[in-house]
Amino acid sequence: MGAIWFWIVAVMLATYVVLDGFDIGIGFLYPFLGRSEEDRKVMMRSIGPVWDGNEVWLLAGGGTLFFAFPLLYASSFSGFYLPLMIVLWLLIGRGVSIELRAHIDNAVWKSFFDGVFFFSSALLAIFYGAALANVIRGVPIGTDSYFFLPLWTNWRVGPHPGILDWYTLIGGVVALVALAVHGALYLAVKAQGDLEERALRCSQIGWVALCVVTAISLVATIAVRPSMLDNYKTYPIAFAIPVLVVLSLIAIKVFAVKKRAFAAFLCSSLYLVMMLVGAAAGLYPVLLPSSISAANDITIANALSGSYAVHVGLIWWALGTLLALGYFIVSYTMFRGKVSADAEGYGH
Amino acid sequence: MGLALLIVVLKTIALKTGDERYHQAARFWAKIFAVNFLLGVVTGIPMEFEFGTNWSEFSRRTGGIIGQPLAMEGVFSFFLESTFLGLFLFGEKRLSKWAHWGAAFMVFAGSWISGFFIIVTDAWMQHPVAYRLLPDGRFQLTSFWGLLMNRWAWLQYAHNMCGAVVTASFVMAAVGAFYLLEKRDVEFGRLFVRLGVIAGVISCSMQIFPTGDMQGRYAAMNQPAAIAGMEGLFQSEKGAPIVLIGQPNIEQQRIDNPLAVNKVLSFLIYGTTAAEVKGLDQFPRDQWPSALPLLFYSYHIMAGLGTYFVLLMVTAAVLLWRGALYRARWILWPLMLSFPLPYIANTAGWMTAEIGRQPWLVYGLLRTANGYSLHVSAGNSLFTLLGFLGMYGLLSILWILLVYRFIESGPGAVKPSVAPEGFTS
Repeated sequence: MGAIWFWIVAVMLATYVVLDGFDIGIGFLYPFLGRSEEDRKVMMRSIGPVWDGNEVWLLAGGGTLFFAFPLLYASSFSGFYLPLMIVLWLLIGRGVSIELRAHIDNAVWKSFFDGVFFFSSALLAIFYGAALANVIRGVPIGTDSYFFLPLWTNWRVGPHPGILDWYTLIGGVVALVALAVHGALYLAVKAQGDLEERALRCSQIGWVALCVVTAISLVATIAVRPSMLDNYKTYPIAFAIPVLVVLSLIAIKVFAVKKRAFAAFLCSSLYLVMMLVGAAAGLYPVLLPSSISAANDITIANALSGSYAVHVGLIWWALGTLLALGYFIVSYTMFRGKVSADAEGYGH
Repeated sequence: MGLALLIVVLKTIALKTGDERYHQAARFWAKIFAVNFLLGVVTGIPMEFEFGTNWSEFSRRTGGIIGQPLAMEGVFSFFLESTFLGLFLFGEKRLSKWAHWGAAFMVFAGSWISGFFIIVTDAWMQHPVAYRLLPDGRFQLTSFWGLLMNRWAWLQYAHNMCGAVVTASFVMAAVGAFYLLEKRDVEFGRLFVRLGVIAGVISCSMQIFPTGDMQGRYAAMNQPAAIAGMEGLFQSEKGAPIVLIGQPNIEQQRIDNPLAVNKVLSFLIYGTTAAEVKGLDQFPRDQWPSALPLLFYSYHIMAGLGTYFVLLMVTAAVLLWRGALYRARWILWPLMLSFPLPYIANTAGWMTAEIGRQPWLVYGLLRTANGYSLHVSAGNSLFTLLGFLGMYGLLSILWILLVYRFIESGPGAVKPSVAPEGFTS
């Protein structure tokens, strides 16, 4: 049961990254690709009807984490207090900027929200990447199972790190580049003409950076937490995961060159999922490692809810997720196809 | 949530009568709904995280139980609302009329299901059921249906949703009254006033009876200290009076300047004026709700406003029935001006519920003082509190600005959206 819920939460968070990831990526690329008002309208419209549903995966995943592993939820959310609050503010800024931009036809209003959209999207990517890196690096969990991390201490990885140190910054950069490529590919799927071409070209430039930072991050991860490889050595089949990471990177390049943006986007999604699955597989069954002592690690065993709760939860969770997938199919089918800047009779 | 219901009503009438004006009205309110929904989403997310950030001990102990309805809210209702809101706002031209109605209905359903799960969570805290307490302080769920069928949850849900409809009715009636008083968009003005008053008179009455009455009596049985605090009853009494207004004087354990009606409280709670209502003197001091005057005032503000709402809506409804409402400027003015009051009443009601539950986080089982995050310093809490206050203040200003602009432009200016840019474009 513990393993089932571990992978359920991991998959929900991975789904969130794949879906809201392209919203965030487009937000980061907004000033670079959105040169004209038409470009910006198209970029906004490509994510307009779907961004909120995408974000729900974070809430559903967070809620599931709460009920399946309450100790992990309690410890990590209070320990990562400041960055979580900042993430909340960034989510508010991002959502508000998408929704309110079009309401007033005024250049200052639009510019302001354009800025907020870019800024909050970019920082969200960095914080998410840093968050995952924090989990891998470990945090100073004490014997009471709690901790509290300042935003930074000495930028070094040691027994008393901050949220930001050289390793977690690498994580942040990987996330930013990966989501930028992901967003660029999604935009290439939805946009037409010049914007589509520029999005594809942008994804190719980003791809080079992505290969470099991916390699750096894998080396750095092993240096910071060599025990990540333990599970891989016990179950060598798991080495398929990094192989898939490499294959998906190659496939992104191949499809982008052939101008098959949708296939490239799917491979980018695969890349993101495999990176996250790889981290989860390395950590399992530890949920949050302690940098003070392994005895303080938060694990599946000490964090899982009672037997009755996790069994009954599986029933409604399966039903609810099936329904949710249905809604998603309806929604993305309804809004498939290219987006244009001009449209008859919109708005006020 | 209330507005979602009213939009479904408008779409239903539009389909039944084929009258394009009802479609237009639905589109107008959908724009306002979209902004409200967005602000609801971005301010609601902090709440889900806040259990963990600021109340980690509480979360650790109760997560196996209340984490379930919270996760169900995400999995069942958030997906439902978000996907169908996009379809409702942008799909009008791509969907058939019935499918578009269906999208509106799903948004309404999603929001009301969301309300249910969050109420189940609060209701468990107010009236814990279906649990087992372990030696390490953790609570374990023993019955899924027991959790969902918690009687407190259903009473609280009815009262809460009714309150949502009250708010929506007042807002709709206020906008209609504004148009009528300004003598513009008169047809829509009449429509909004009519729908607002009809929904209003029903919901305001039901808010007091049966939902308010039932919840109040159930609370009196299960949280007698809270009821005593709410009513300002310091000493137990047979034939206890209801205090209509007054100021609680904690030092001298009495109500200053009371306007009270004898025996009514006993009657309201027990159905007989001879019954004894327990006063605060029956409970140890450390079990008194901590902010007693605030509890007393919140409750009285809620109940006082609730009474005013019924009077206003009944008067308006009578005038409507007699065909005299649209010209009665003397009632249109209070209808237009009263729209902030349901927001205040709903907030006061929540304050009553949550302050009344004090000093308990889980009633009778876990004190609030034992539930907070041990390692988060007061300085950090204050920093983030100020951050949220500032952000929410800014969002409120944006909200007022935008909604006012929509109302100013009027329903005539709205066309069905085809191209998605955000939820409204």
